[in-house]
Amino acid sequence: MAKKRRFKGGAIPTSSMADIAFLLLIFFLVTTTIDMDKGLGMVLPAEGEEIEINKKNILNCLINSTGNILLGGEVVEVRNLSKTVRQKLAENDKLIISVKAHKASNYLDYVKVIDQLKQANATRISIAESN
Amino acid sequence: MKFARKTQLDTEIPTASMPDIIFMLLIFFMVTTVLREYSGLPISLPKAKRIEKLKSKRHTSHIWVSKEGLISIEDKLYASDGVRHVMYEKRVSNPQLVVSLKADERAKMGLISDIHTELRKADALKLNYSSKTAVD
Repeated sequence: MAKKRRFKGGAIPTSSMADIAFLLLIFFLVTTTIDMDKGLGMVLPAEGEEIEINKKNILNCLINSTGNILLGGEVVEVRNLSKTVRQKLAENDKLIISVKAHKASNYLDYVKVIDQLKQANATRISIAESN
Repeated sequence: MKFARKTQLDTEIPTASMPDIIFMLLIFFMVTTVLREYSGLPISLPKAKRIEKLKSKRHTSHIWVSKEGLISIEDKLYASDGVRHVMYEKRVSNPQLVVSLKADERAKMGLISDIHTELRKADALKLNYSSKTAVD
């Protein structure tokens, strides 16, 4: 027995188009990540821009290979660094903090120190070349 | 004289062009979604509190430094004295360049210091030590 084939209107239903488009839109909205990089900002001095600074306006901050910090001749704990620097800045607002790290010291210790200095609102930070 | 009030206003929002608007938005998000990113090196970033956001991805260039002392820029490995040329070219083509230093927390400061020197020679002075947000 042969079946009769009858042609029914071959239109694609467009009423759900908006829903499909919405779904795709939501998918892209969710998967788009506008994650910005975060970090500690720093501006390096230009090459050959070495200025002589009065010795009393310099506060040396030395980091050794085991991560201990020497601030102006005294050993300071990392978490107390910002407090100490804040005090010293209050005494002398022209103070420049010179950070010098040992070659074998860890980057983490250095970042911690820079972070502490930023927390103490120290704007004049100088990075001495480690040797 | 009395004004005739038109009460017979058509208050329906036309929905016929809705899919077009949605498609426009869809295409916008498809275009702005960045899928290709440089994979860099496997590192664990240090944590810090006083962090700032980098303004624009377009003006940012990354330098990856692993704990073994490898330096990678755009998925190419460089020796520490090769950084200068790459960064100089980038700096010339984009004066607003900010270098994001993605260094492992166990990286040695000797190498970081070398990179500082290289960046100074390349005149790429705006630097950002990429770090995670610290929670106390």
